[in-house]
Amino acid sequence: MGNGTSIGKVRGLGSAHEGAHHWWHQRLTAGANLILTLWFVLSIALLPAYDFETARHWIAQTQVAVPLILLVLTTFYHFRLGLQVVIEDYQHDETHIVLMVLLNFFTLAAGTTAIFSILKIAFTAGAAL
Amino acid sequence: MANVRNEARPLSPHLSIWKWGPSMAVSITHRVTGSGMATVGTILFVWWLVALASGPAAYAAFLDLFTVKSGALNIAGYVFGIGLTLSFFQHMSSGIRHLFLDQGANFELKANKTTATLTYVAAVLLTAAFWAYIIWGKTNG
Ligand code: HEM
Ligand code: HEM
Repeated sequence: MGNGTSIGKVRGLGSAHEGAHHWWHQRLTAGANLILTLWFVLSIALLPAYDFETARHWIAQTQVAVPLILLVLTTFYHFRLGLQVVIEDYQHDETHIVLMVLLNFFTLAAGTTAIFSILKIAFTAGAAL
Repeated sequence: MANVRNEARPLSPHLSIWKWGPSMAVSITHRVTGSGMATVGTILFVWWLVALASGPAAYAAFLDLFTVKSGALNIAGYVFGIGLTLSFFQHMSSGIRHLFLDQGANFELKANKTTATLTYVAAVLLTAAFWAYIIWGKTNG
């Protein structure tokens, strides 16, 4: 097992090449999640009611729609990285590749649907449905 | 990549030597709650947004799964609602503890055990506060 050159170490080019990057992004998104999910959970608790109109009007505001989209981006990226580790820990054969492909499809499909829905609510809140 | 583990080689023999403790329990709950939110939580969250974007009928169908006629939660509402909020607060608490461990802090046995137990206490208290506010906090205010 070689230890690489000093400059290689400085650049984070260890044996895995990508591990540190993954690890660091898991932490970066953890910090962003902490702020955005706490905001979301508190806001949901503070909503006066949970009917269609109230919920839509809440999301339609710019100062809600924008952080909500950010929340989708950071939490979905965070769990995409997290579930990758879970899959890598338990699956070593072809199932590993199949599950990773499924994970990427799931994350992208769910994330795109979520953001599309938020934008649709924000852009059509005043319009009759 | 795939096929890296040589099946002929044994796993570490110490896999069978362990006992329960708060630190180990927190490790496994962090994984379970994270994976649970990532799957069940994500599906319900996206469903909720799609229903809201689609119209009153779709939203009524969504609410109908988790509430009775009066608007109060049904069994599914309590199971998913409390399950997901408890998962959230637990993962949040152990996640914050994890960030301290990542700095190399909090590895002394006693402190490590205490903070592990504290993540459970915090998660239960925060979940209780959340639901107490939703159920009783609003009727008065
Ligand atoms: C509240 C803010 C959050 C914080 C502070 C946080 C923190 C963390 C940290 C530090 C890790 C890395 C653990 C490790 O390397 O062993 C992690 C893993 C993970 N997180 Fe989060 N997280 C948060 C929210 C979320 C949310 C909302 C989800 C799901 C939608 C989620 C899903 C996951 C998953 C699936 C993993 C991988 C678990 C594993 O490898 O065992 N996290 N989280
Ligand atoms: C969520 C909780 C846990 C996670 C995320 C986790 C993750 C891991 C990972 C990634 C490894 C491989 C480490 C490496 O090769 O560098 C490992 C090894 C190990 N884990 Fe866990 N583990 C968890 C809980 C447990 C529990 C509850 C036990 C005991 C019952 C346990 C016992 C072990 C042992 C003995 C090894 C060494 C196995 C070997 O070297 O072949 N772990 N764990």
